[in-house]
Amino acid sequence: MKPFTIACPTGHLAFTPLEKASFLEGCRLRPDAIVADAGSCDIGPRPLGADRHVSLEAHQRHDLEIMLLEARRLGVPMIVGSASDTGTDRGVDQFVRLVREIAAEHRLAPFELAAIYSEQKVEDLLGRLARGARITGLDGRPDADAATLRRTDRVVAVMNAEPIRRALREGAQVVIAGRASDCALFAAPLLEAGFSPAIAYYTGKLMECASFACEPFMGKETILGTVEGESVVVRAMHPEQRCTPASLASHAMYERTDPFREYVAGGWIDMSGCRYEQVDAKATRASGAVFHATPRLSVKLEGAGRVGERRLAIVGVRDPQTIARIDQAIAWARGKVAERFGPEGRGWRLFYHLYGRNAVMRELDPDPPSAPHELGVVVEAVHEDGRIAEEIAALAARNLFYARLSGTKGTAGAAALMSDEILVGEPGYEWTLNHVIEVEDIMELVRIRHLVVDGRGGEGR
Amino acid sequence: MVKLRELASTIRSKNAGVDHLTFDVIFRDPSAFARVRDSGALAPERICALYRIPRERLTHHCVFEPAQAIKFTIRRLVPSGSPGETDVFGAQQYAPLFEVEVP
Repeated sequence: MKPFTIACPTGHLAFTPLEKASFLEGCRLRPDAIVADAGSCDIGPRPLGADRHVSLEAHQRHDLEIMLLEARRLGVPMIVGSASDTGTDRGVDQFVRLVREIAAEHRLAPFELAAIYSEQKVEDLLGRLARGARITGLDGRPDADAATLRRTDRVVAVMNAEPIRRALREGAQVVIAGRASDCALFAAPLLEAGFSPAIAYYTGKLMECASFACEPFMGKETILGTVEGESVVVRAMHPEQRCTPASLASHAMYERTDPFREYVAGGWIDMSGCRYEQVDAKATRASGAVFHATPRLSVKLEGAGRVGERRLAIVGVRDPQTIARIDQAIAWARGKVAERFGPEGRGWRLFYHLYGRNAVMRELDPDPPSAPHELGVVVEAVHEDGRIAEEIAALAARNLFYARLSGTKGTAGAAALMSDEILVGEPGYEWTLNHVIEVEDIMELVRIRHLVVDGRGGEGR
Repeated sequence: MVKLRELASTIRSKNAGVDHLTFDVIFRDPSAFARVRDSGALAPERICALYRIPRERLTHHCVFEPAQAIKFTIRRLVPSGSPGETDVFGAQQYAPLFEVEVP
């Protein structure tokens, strides 16, 4: 089997723009495929729940254009997954539109594109549940019931390599996939080239964040991975970066609970026996992964649901007596809100973020200072009705000003209002689904649409 | 005694999925790695005491030899990015590790 090389220019396409120079340098070495992931759960539940992208379209166009032009020039597959941050149908359609526009602008010769959709309708999942399917909680979550699904606005299924392989087999030269395991994007062309699932998925795991696997720390720079037999050589393309055993191994454990296991639909990679060895100044070889197929096909579901409207207010405190008794002042303010709206939890939530004490770590902070010089308080109020959320934020902030603390010397106001505004936040969302569902065939949850993109004005299919 | 920040080359935290925060302490110097690993300064019970969490919230803890690293994972009380969130990416939860005393 011939070696197979993949170029990866970015760990999250368009979150910030990719760096062109190292990508073109990588493409000079004639990779066999160009692959990038474009989404993440890290950005929180709102983009999925509200079905909006957080990457700017100008940056999406920038990254897709650079990748597409090189992929077409080299005549190699380009695979992008978790399109437009969320991997929803909207994201796939947006990327397909951008690819068409870029092709037209550059008058590219016709090529086959596959759009792979993995968004799920909540009603379909309710139907599966009613027919006896189990939607099993991950990471200690309880199983999802109908109520969990009804709290969910939008759901995506996380595909493995199989739908992407099918699209490639059916002739796609550009694949725009919905939500996918990052490593599956890399595994698909490798599996099609005949490599084992172990090295295919493991290569994806090592390469998915591009230059994060190298040192010194740089984002958005291209890396190349050359797979040969059961090992992969990962190479830094930026002139100042190196891929070392330490950088590659420490990346293998990044953002994950267990550095020895990576799960995908249909199996998991065991990385406990992996070995890393320096090949030359810029490259490291990794090997030793084992793939364990699972007897059942469990596909991950990610879902987000709207919690309510959010309103915010900013308050500062400088009086050391107020700072020392800030919990008392907050209790007073919460009491004033409860007088009007009943106990917290019945339709409203209120959070005080105490910058200067423990706003960043809250209950995990081992040693919050009891007497900071100043306290910055961000008040966050949540209610279904934005007008009520506004009123809660106003009461919660202004009653710090009016807090009744015995013996206070500053009787003209116990807090500083940065302004009298109540700020309108984005609606609050929560991750409602971090679950798996069993299916016979992943294509039950995935749809593939093929089209021809003709930048020279021919009829698209 | 020496502080962990003097021995480790990387001390970081990050989301691991939507329900967990994961922490990586990585060493460039093999002897520093061995010293911390063998000292028990980052043993599970020490981490629970540092972060003042019950043992069941520490869901994973391991030594990852290929990266000369000690890694542990804490379950979040609420999923990332919900209202009230303090650190959407979980990227600033490692600071207390700097001051851990290593014998």
